[in-house]
This record gives sequence, structure tokens and C-alpha cells, in this order.
Amino acid sequence: MTVMIEVESLSKTYVLHTQGGVEIPVFAGAALTVGTGECVTLHGPSGTGKSTLLRCLYGNCKPDSGAIRVRHGDTAVDIAAAAPRVVIEVRRRTLGYVSQFLRAIPRVPALDVVAEPLRALGVDAEAARVRAGELLSRLRIPERLWHLAPATFSGGEQQRVNIARGFAAKHPILLLDEPTASLDARNRAVVIDLIGEAKAEGTALVGVFHDDEVREAVSTRIHTMQG
Amino acid sequence: MTPLLQVSGLTRMYGNRVGCRDVSFELWPGEVMGIVGESGSGKSTLLSCLSARLEPTSGTVAYDTREDGLTDIYALSEPRRRLLMRTDWGIVHQNPRDGLRMGVSAGANVGERLMAVGARHYGAIRAEAGEWLRKVEIDAERIDDLPLTFSGGMLQRLQIARNLVTHPRLVFMDEPTGGLDVSVQARLLDLLRRLVIDLGLAAVVVTHDLAVTRLLAHRLMVMRRGEVVETGLTDQVLDDPHHPYTQLLVSSVLQP
Amino acid sequence: MTSAQGYNFAYLDEQTKRMIRRAILKAVAIPGYQVPFGSREMPLPYGWGTGGIQVTAAVLGPSDTLKVIDQGADDTTNAVSIRRFFARTAGVATTERTVEATVIQTRHRIPETPLREGQILVYQVPIPEPLRWLEPRETETRRMHALADYGAMHVKLYEDVARFGRIATTYDYPVLVNGRYLMRPSPIPKFDNPKMHMNPALQLFGAGREKRIYAVPPYTEVKSLDFEDHPFEVQRWDQACALCGAADSFLDEVVTDDRGGRMYVCSDTDHCSARQEIREAAE
Repeated sequence: MTVMIEVESLSKTYVLHTQGGVEIPVFAGAALTVGTGECVTLHGPSGTGKSTLLRCLYGNCKPDSGAIRVRHGDTAVDIAAAAPRVVIEVRRRTLGYVSQFLRAIPRVPALDVVAEPLRALGVDAEAARVRAGELLSRLRIPERLWHLAPATFSGGEQQRVNIARGFAAKHPILLLDEPTASLDARNRAVVIDLIGEAKAEGTALVGVFHDDEVREAVSTRIHTMQG
Repeated sequence: MTPLLQVSGLTRMYGNRVGCRDVSFELWPGEVMGIVGESGSGKSTLLSCLSARLEPTSGTVAYDTREDGLTDIYALSEPRRRLLMRTDWGIVHQNPRDGLRMGVSAGANVGERLMAVGARHYGAIRAEAGEWLRKVEIDAERIDDLPLTFSGGMLQRLQIARNLVTHPRLVFMDEPTGGLDVSVQARLLDLLRRLVIDLGLAAVVVTHDLAVTRLLAHRLMVMRRGEVVETGLTDQVLDDPHHPYTQLLVSSVLQP
Repeated sequence: MTSAQGYNFAYLDEQTKRMIRRAILKAVAIPGYQVPFGSREMPLPYGWGTGGIQVTAAVLGPSDTLKVIDQGADDTTNAVSIRRFFARTAGVATTERTVEATVIQTRHRIPETPLREGQILVYQVPIPEPLRWLEPRETETRRMHALADYGAMHVKLYEDVARFGRIATTYDYPVLVNGRYLMRPSPIPKFDNPKMHMNPALQLFGAGREKRIYAVPPYTEVKSLDFEDHPFEVQRWDQACALCGAADSFLDEVVTDDRGGRMYVCSDTDHCSARQEIREAAE
């Protein structure tokens, strides 16, 4: 097993300047190591910073101190200190992320939303669409919706498009932020399968799952977070 | 690899008043940077300084020219600076009327930059102009129409075609979606986003619309009173703003 | 005709002529470049050839023979009055024959008879700036000239081809002089453009209202702008001149009655009459 993520003494406090400078400490001295083929679940009561940690891993949230070393090809990149263009490159090739909500881009059809991470890797348009179609089929998005922009989809449909997009490019690292929150049992099962396949292919996964069934089905290890 | 644009200590004063002060950054090929801030924050002054239209009071703007590598653009001779502006660069004005010749046809507007760099084959110029109209989703039949007959969104797309026809490497945009209807904005943004990706363009986009930056920009520079108060990856700055002003800016956006 | 009393030779005072000659020398040294000069009030309105007259006055000497044409004709009002003006103020010999003239002032034509070394052709110019139609700011057009930034000029030609399928500009057709300066040849028909190229005569251009003088020295390259796939070409006519039978001259359409009758005749009256004389002599 190769270490893919190594978080070291990470601290984060939100300072709300618009509300009189209130400080909300989230975590301090957090540490986490994730290797290939592992699915580590972040667990703990709400407010302990599960989502914040996940966002820090993706570079979406800027920690106050500490390091987040991510294995990117043959190099280790500290996401907490890297320049924006480096983070973008790491996201393109190494870091996948399934957020809680899909940020729909106006006018771009669902199929292209899912295919985009593959296109960014240089896969040709046709092959990328084929893979995107497979994922959308598995996640039960009817084909008549593929060529529509997801902005008008239901919450559950949007979330499934988002999941398909996250899994499309088979990034070596995949971060999952409550991907099954608004899914029914059948679609949950598909996500569990997808996670299982990713693990088998050596992907390092870190996730936050609100429901116990999914958590138990996918976790290789549970990382408990304390407030 | 060298950055496309290297800006250091850029300051522009208007008498005692600060236009922008001590701005430094590097822009790399293919990178899109958004500059946000409220009116009067110095973002337009900065854009003018960056795009060789307003000489800075101090500091340098170096561009990676094809011939000599990183060169201070204000040290270039005027012919070379002009050539740069019409070949390697594009400038998209907020008001398309500032960037177009309203009295000549759409085709001539797009073809002008080609003719300016020596194209002398009418058929080839026209074919290229038509191809660019298609890329910006303007009906090819409108090629001989005057821009006066175009809608606001079409004018802006025409301006974009006029700028991109010489395959620039760097495009400066000043509020490219300002003054357009929301639905027209969305279409334009999608178009810009696709062109930027397909052509590997680097761009500096000045806007006060944070949604525009989220769609277009890789990274963000937040300006206030002529100074840069926060920089970073676009989604990081918008989702986890640190500076009080950025937090105010982000929290002030109305969610539809 | 006797010289008018109380005027300096050729109307202008010597200081003014000196100033104009300096401008002319500079214009000759920089072919196609518009040299500003202190245009004087002349005893005729702007637009009637005040620029041309000042240039003519500055180059005219007592031994010169002057010819004045307007649209190719020696006998129109403008030509007659300017010719008489110099006959009275300078007492110079005048002629209607191109070959006899040493100085020819012209409005809107170049004579059909080829010019020779030693002759001076003076054009009357209404608007000297070729870039004016696309750039109204003088500061900017000057900068464009300084930088030879002429690409936009082709926009006008592009518009012609797009609209009419060919370059429809037929007069005042822009040229590039000596490979450097873009120049307006004054409103001559483009038929005459090729005559400017490598012409043995000195060509001077005077714009009185706009206060500019420019020049094409003898044997200077003058190229009409065009596209590779729409090359420059001159007008052609289906018929020959109804009076002299010339098939290679610039023809004017003359309406002869109220029933649609018309004929085509040479616009260059001297050329036409010379040909008629030769034909009559032969008969």
C-alpha cells in the first residue's frame, strides 16, 4: 500500500469578520493518513469539521497551519501551501471530489458535465461520452435527460450526475462529501458498488457518510473526529 | 516554463489618489485570473496598466514575448506594443461599441486584425471571419450586416470573435457580461468558458460579479481601495474567504 | 495679356513662396508624407483649388508654360479662371497642349499624353488624409502613418468586395507611395492611378483648406492597394471615343438630347483634339 494522503497537525479556525470577528475553532492538530485501496470514513458529531477537513484536502478550504501532502504522480504536493495552478493540476490528474451539491453550469448537458473531467485529461470527446453514458446508466439517469443541462433536474438527479462526474476520471484519490444524502436505496447500492470497485482498483478514498448502512458497507477504516 | 505575465510592484497614482498600489502576481499560460472588487477598487485601473493602455507610476509589467521572452511592455517600442496588442493579446471591453467598428460589417470587424497583420487574400479573410462568427454562435448570414443591427449579446460575441481571430495567448476582459440580460449572460459565459478551454487562453477578467469568476476564473484577486487584499484559488476564496472585505463581498451576494 | 499691377509675381509674396517651397522640398524628400504648411487666403473659395494654386504659384517661373485642367478639360470655369489668374499675376505663357506645358495644374485627372522629365503636375486636393474615413482623430492618423499602421485601410476594400463583389472604389483610390506612406491621390479616377507609378514628371499635391502638401517625385513607385484575389484594375469601356476614336482613354458620358441619346467622349480635351487633328490631316 502506498500512502496517498498524509495530513499533519492541521488546524483550522473560521473567523467571521462580518459578525464581529467571532472565532469558530474547527480542529487543531488533526492528522490522517490514507493509502491506496483504502476508504477512510470521517466520523464524529456534527461540528467536528468532517466536511471542513475534506474541503481542506481538496484545497477548497485554507487551513491556518499544518500540511496536507498528497501524492501527485511521483511527487508529493502540500495542498495547504501550493500555488493555485498547482492545485488545479493536482485536481485535474489526482484529486476527485464529489461535493454535496452539483454546481450546474448553464447550458452544458449532463453528459458533458460528467465527461468533462475525462476531457480535461485529454481523452477524446467520443470515448469520454461513452464512459459518461455508462455511469449515468448505472446511476439510473434516463437517457432522455443526458442532453439536457442539469440545472432543471431534481435534487436526487443532480446528485447522481455529480457522483457520475466524480467517478468518471478514475482519479487516484477520491473525496466524497455525503454523496448518498438524497438517494434512494437502489441508487445507494450503486454508489456502494462504485466505491467498492474504486477500492479494488487502488483508489484512495476519503468520505463523509451520514447513513450508517453506507458507512459500514464501504469503510476500511473509520477516522473519528472530536470537537 | 516561464509565466506569460509577470507583474511586480505595480502602482498607479492619480495625483495623490491611489489607482492601484503595489500589485504583484504571475499569470501562467492557460490560466484565467479574476479580479473582483467593488466600483472604485482599482480593478479597471489595474487592467488598463496590465494591457499597455495606462503607464504605471512605478513597477513593471513583463510579458513573455515570442521573440525575446519576458519583456517590460512599457519598454517596448510603440510599433511592437501595437503589434503585440493585435496579435498576441485581445481586449474585450465592457461596452462592445468601444471595441468594434460600428460602421463596417461584422465580417470586416473580425477580418480587420487579420488584415492588420498582413492578410491580403479576400477569400481567405472572409472564410476565417465566417468561421469565427460560427464559433461565437452568430449566424453566418449576418456576416455582411452592420453591428448596429445586432443585439447586445451578439455585439459582445462579435467583439470576442474580433479579438480571438489572431489566436491571442492572453485576453483582457473588462466586465464582459456587464449590462447584459441574465439569460444572455449565461450563454456568453458558457461560450467564453468553452473558448478559454479549447484555445488554452490565458485571461485576466475584471468583474464585480462573483458568479462570473466562479465559472471562468481559476484564481481570484480581491481588490479594495487599490490594493490586493486576498488571492487564491477561486473556489477557495469564495467558499472560505479570509479577509474581512472578501467575507463581506461573498456574504453580500444575493442567492436567487 | 498684360500683367496685373500691384501684385508680386504670381500673386504670393516671396516669404510665403519660400515657406511653401520648403514644404515642397520636404514633401519630395519624403514621398507620400503630408507636410503641413501655412496655407494663405487666396482670392477664390476653398474647394476651388486654393492648395493647388499656392503650390503652382510657388513653383512657377517667368519662363514656364502653364496648363490648367479640370476633369480633363481646359475650357471649364475652374480651369479658365485659374489659367487667367496666373496669366494676369505672373504673365506666364499658357497652353492647352500637354506636351507644351512645363507646369500643369489639375483637378481630378492626369493627362492621357504621357508626361516627361522636367514637367510638374500640381493636383488640387480636397481631403489629403486617406485614413480619415476610419479614424477621425488627427493625432491618431498621424501615429498610424508614423508606424505604417495601415492594415485597417484594407477594411474599406473588404467592405467593397463584400457589398459589391469587387472593389467598388473608382476614384481617389488609395495608394502606397515608395512602399512607405499611404496616400490619397486626390479624386482622380482609378483609371489614372497607374500613370502615377514611375512617372518621369514631378507630382505635387496641395490641399489649401487642410493645409497639407505632399509629393510623388519622378520615378517613384506608386502601388494601388488591393487583395490577392481581387487585384487592382482600371475602368474599361465597351466603346471608343465618339469624336477621336480613342479606345484607351478615360471617357465621359455626354447626354445629347432629352430622349436618352448619349455619347462617350474623351475627358481629356487636349488629347481628343490632338487625335482629331491627326485624323483630319491624314484624310
